[in-house]
Amino acid sequence: MNETTKALMKIVTGVEGDLEGAYNIREDSGCAARHSTELVKIESKTDQPGIDITIAPGAKESVFIPAFVTHGEITDLVYNDFFIGEGADITIIAGCGVHSDDHGDAVHNGIHRFFIGKDARVLYVEKHVGTGVGTGKRSINPVTEVEVGENGYMEMDTTQIKNVDSTVRTTNAVLLKGAKLVIRERLMTDGDQLAETNFRVEMNGEDSSVDLVSRSVARGNSKQTLYSNIEGNAKCSGHSECDAIIMDYATVNAVPGLLANNIDAALIHEAAIGKIAGEQIMKLKTLGLTEAEAEERIVNGFLK
Amino acid sequence: MLKLEKISWKAEGGKDILQDVTFQIPENKFVVITGPNGGGKTTTAKLIAGLMPPTSGKITFQGKEITSLDATERAKAGIGYAFQQPVRFKGITVKELIEIATGHSLSENESCAILTEVGLCAKEYVNREVNDSLSGGEIKRIEIATVLARRSKLSVFDEPEAGIDLWSFTRLIEVFTKHREERQETMLVVSHQERLLEIADEIIVIANGRVSAQGSRDEILPGLFGEKRNCAPCPKKEIDGYE
Repeated sequence: MNETTKALMKIVTGVEGDLEGAYNIREDSGCAARHSTELVKIESKTDQPGIDITIAPGAKESVFIPAFVTHGEITDLVYNDFFIGEGADITIIAGCGVHSDDHGDAVHNGIHRFFIGKDARVLYVEKHVGTGVGTGKRSINPVTEVEVGENGYMEMDTTQIKNVDSTVRTTNAVLLKGAKLVIRERLMTDGDQLAETNFRVEMNGEDSSVDLVSRSVARGNSKQTLYSNIEGNAKCSGHSECDAIIMDYATVNAVPGLLANNIDAALIHEAAIGKIAGEQIMKLKTLGLTEAEAEERIVNGFLK
Repeated sequence: MLKLEKISWKAEGGKDILQDVTFQIPENKFVVITGPNGGGKTTTAKLIAGLMPPTSGKITFQGKEITSLDATERAKAGIGYAFQQPVRFKGITVKELIEIATGHSLSENESCAILTEVGLCAKEYVNREVNDSLSGGEIKRIEIATVLARRSKLSVFDEPEAGIDLWSFTRLIEVFTKHREERQETMLVVSHQERLLEIADEIIVIANGRVSAQGSRDEILPGLFGEKRNCAPCPKKEIDGYE
């Protein structure tokens, strides 16, 4: 691992020093480090760049799968497939850091597919960040395909809050009988950054459910577009909530979609876009914060 | 402690809301501002807290002019303010809001103690967000808790009774009394509530944008509640704005 990777690693995963358990660290389109355990096998794909992560039934472990682009003029493309056995209870720390100190673009395109077995539980934590002072663009474009098996559970906790110039985030999920998907997305853009988020969740199984909450802050001249589509094809329940704080000259476009193909599909969408309320600033000022401190506190809390 | 001299405030469009309001709040007293709806009570409280500047006049706090200070500077100078309509925050927890108020981090037990003071079953609340999931009464009590937690030299409460249940209100009166007597804090409360007026050291009546009366509780209350009150020895003041 080079020094930039080590620095990004700390930001993205919170880990400093050696990782424990199963991990694969991707650096500039190559493998910087890998370790499998008895219950978590990580192997390179033979037909395309990327890895297969096979988690044994009943395994209870954490897996680290971060990816880093440490300089400009790299467009990384990776396909990672996760096969999660029945009854496993797994935490996956993924995430990506793109760094550019030069004029070249640093780009990561990551396609993750999850096949979650019956009764398995997955917590997927993904943090995206850009660093460096170069003029090259930092882009991260994750595609996440999920199939949650019978009575399976997946929670996606995704964050992109700093210095990513451009992102298109796509999440497609299919839920089988009794499956549950929880998505918590936090996104912040500033300057001339662009962000597009696409969620599409199909609830095909009886008693499946999705709870999707996306919170974003758009500053400067940045532009955000959020598509959120939930489809109920059985007796199921779906909730989608998209809240955005808009600041400066930014624009936010939220495009919700609900499609009920079954009389017992209960679908709800909530969306709110607005500036920070003046009374929120004023309340925190009466508690001794300056206007700038109050604004920062409100934004940080909103994205927490 | 606090002195308002000829304070006036015009709303957008030029309507006079306050005209030449002058009064003083003595140290370690519990003072209630009362008066008819729309008379200018809340505007007065907001001007004291620095939520907006007066159109004219002078405000002095502990001997220093604070007229031009904003809400942050007044908070730092020692003025606390509880909003009549509490503010909600997505993503900020009750504990975090109280920590902002105290200016330092708190243990769960310390946060609980502050919330218990305002009648909230504390552990249930500390990690909840200050958002729409809280009822009007709950968020009102949290609002009051943030101001009590600051231990300001002067705490201003705008209609603290609004939206809270009778039990909590009784508790609140006990808390106000305790803060005045044990901690010698000065409190200014905007209220119509008779039970708050009855514990006031002084009462200021604001009607039609002017101070129509100011005096001790015994001087002012008979004029507010008429002959129904059993307060025969008290002198009765004539109060503008009241029939």
